[in-house]
Amino acid sequence: MLNARLQLRRGEFTIDARFNAPAPGITALFGRSGAGKSTLMHLLAGLTRPDAGAIGLDGECFYDSERGIDVPAQARGIGYVFQDLRLFPHLGVGGNLEYGLRRASRRRGARLEFARVVALLGLEALLARRTWQLSGGERQRVALGRALLAQPRLLLLDEPLSAIDAARRHELLPYFERLRDELALPMILVTHRFDDVVRLATHVVLLEAGRVLGQGDLPSVSLRSEMRGLLGPDGIGAVVEGCVDSVDAGAGLASVRVGTGRLLVPSEGLRTGEVLRMQLLARDLILATAPPQGLSVRNQLHAVVTGLQREPHHHVLVSVDAGGAALLARVTEAAARELQLRERQEIWVLVKAVSLRSQQQ
Amino acid sequence: MSEAEYEALSLSLQVALRSVICSLPLAVAVAWLLTRRRFSGRALLDAFVHLPMVLPPVMIGYVLLLLFGVRGPIGHWLYAHFGIRTAFTTAGAALATAVMAFPLMVRTIRLALENVDRGLEEAARTLGAGPLDRFLSVTLPLMAPGILAGAVTAFVASLGEFGAVITFAGDIPGQTRTLPIALYAALQAPDGGAAAARIAALSFALGLAGLFAAELLARSLRRRLGR
Repeated sequence: MLNARLQLRRGEFTIDARFNAPAPGITALFGRSGAGKSTLMHLLAGLTRPDAGAIGLDGECFYDSERGIDVPAQARGIGYVFQDLRLFPHLGVGGNLEYGLRRASRRRGARLEFARVVALLGLEALLARRTWQLSGGERQRVALGRALLAQPRLLLLDEPLSAIDAARRHELLPYFERLRDELALPMILVTHRFDDVVRLATHVVLLEAGRVLGQGDLPSVSLRSEMRGLLGPDGIGAVVEGCVDSVDAGAGLASVRVGTGRLLVPSEGLRTGEVLRMQLLARDLILATAPPQGLSVRNQLHAVVTGLQREPHHHVLVSVDAGGAALLARVTEAAARELQLRERQEIWVLVKAVSLRSQQQ
Repeated sequence: MSEAEYEALSLSLQVALRSVICSLPLAVAVAWLLTRRRFSGRALLDAFVHLPMVLPPVMIGYVLLLLFGVRGPIGHWLYAHFGIRTAFTTAGAALATAVMAFPLMVRTIRLALENVDRGLEEAARTLGAGPLDRFLSVTLPLMAPGILAGAVTAFVASLGEFGAVITFAGDIPGQTRTLPIALYAALQAPDGGAAAARIAALSFALGLAGLFAAELLARSLRRRLGR
């Protein structure tokens, strides 16, 4: 577990953040560009010194302004994959990978072996190349491998997927999922894309203007009102997790348990017993006060209204609880009035679409 | 080419080589100080390093004579403790050319250091490299083309240094009579016209070859760095 409390002032820009990152797992620092995400990473790694604060990882202190502790970056054992990767141009791929490994094994011994990392990231064919002979995705994997081989106790990933095109993203994402699931290594992922958060994060820290707006697991963070500012009015929606109950390959549908209800989703790539994480956008949910009939929408969840919140442009954001799964739905003010929506009211939720989904371990 | 001219050529190469080898580490250190450190007196050091570029070489030779002559403070100390004499010796010729070529070397190396991406040093830090380790394993290799270019340029310039050498080291055949001094001596002799022309042509070819070699080396190094 990482505990950080950091303050920094640079001209007009200030950072005043306090957050945790549970281990193992991926903690996403999510916020718009300019929110101070990369600066926070530099502070954690020890490349920038904060004005005040404390950083502790699993009971060991790296920095404490009150006790006068400031462990230099090279002794922290915190790996860093920079946004611009920073591969050494004077060393080949093999030389880059060995750079941190050689120094770490001198100090603490190597837990992660060269061969294992090379296999994990599919680097076998690249070892003899020079760094400028690599494609964007390959460079990314080499940078990741280099950081891993330095035997870090915490890995910082700064927008690892932002510099590459969509096709390469899909190539790379599985590698990050493998790292998350196979290595018991805590990671902090900086991103401004919510789909990366949905796909990878186990814990989320929301950042804006150098401050932490909120943190927690993704389903609970997705319900926070601050998400509206980060994702835009059309981007907000609850993230729910559910277990895949059954897969009907013939019909191409899988049944996923959400709260006490079930959702049918395309079965592509799903196996029974898996946990599926889905974002249900507030604008894609329809509310009904009676069990609806004769509709093409198949997904219905029985729920109870837990809150109503007025939104701009005559909309109301309705929070509902579907047997343990919290959801958000947006309806017009007129509709809310006609349906006489109020708290603790029983309601049926129709799910038009699942916008983002990802399989979790 | 006469034996005396051959001697002048080999002496010139020797003097230039010694001068570059001895001043290179110091030039790297000074370039590093001027680029990476903020200290009081930095501007003064910068000006001091560049003085040989703007002062008459004869004056530099004269100052060296005052400091390193047998009765000068440094020269006396060197002679008393180690029995080393610099004034009017080959070592003295190397010292004088080193001082004259120093600013050229520092400027080139400094440019190379300024072009080193600090981000790569940060990356080395997060990979467990301490300050000296970082310098040796990242900064220095990345500066290598610039260091090499600086060394070769200084070498070629050292071959041609005249004023400081003749003032501090004199004109002793076989010891301090380098190519430019031999050229001057030939011009002074009544029948030295042909010799002077040969030495001038030799100096010209040497200088050109040196500059070409520097460019080729720097190009191959840059290619290794993928630039």
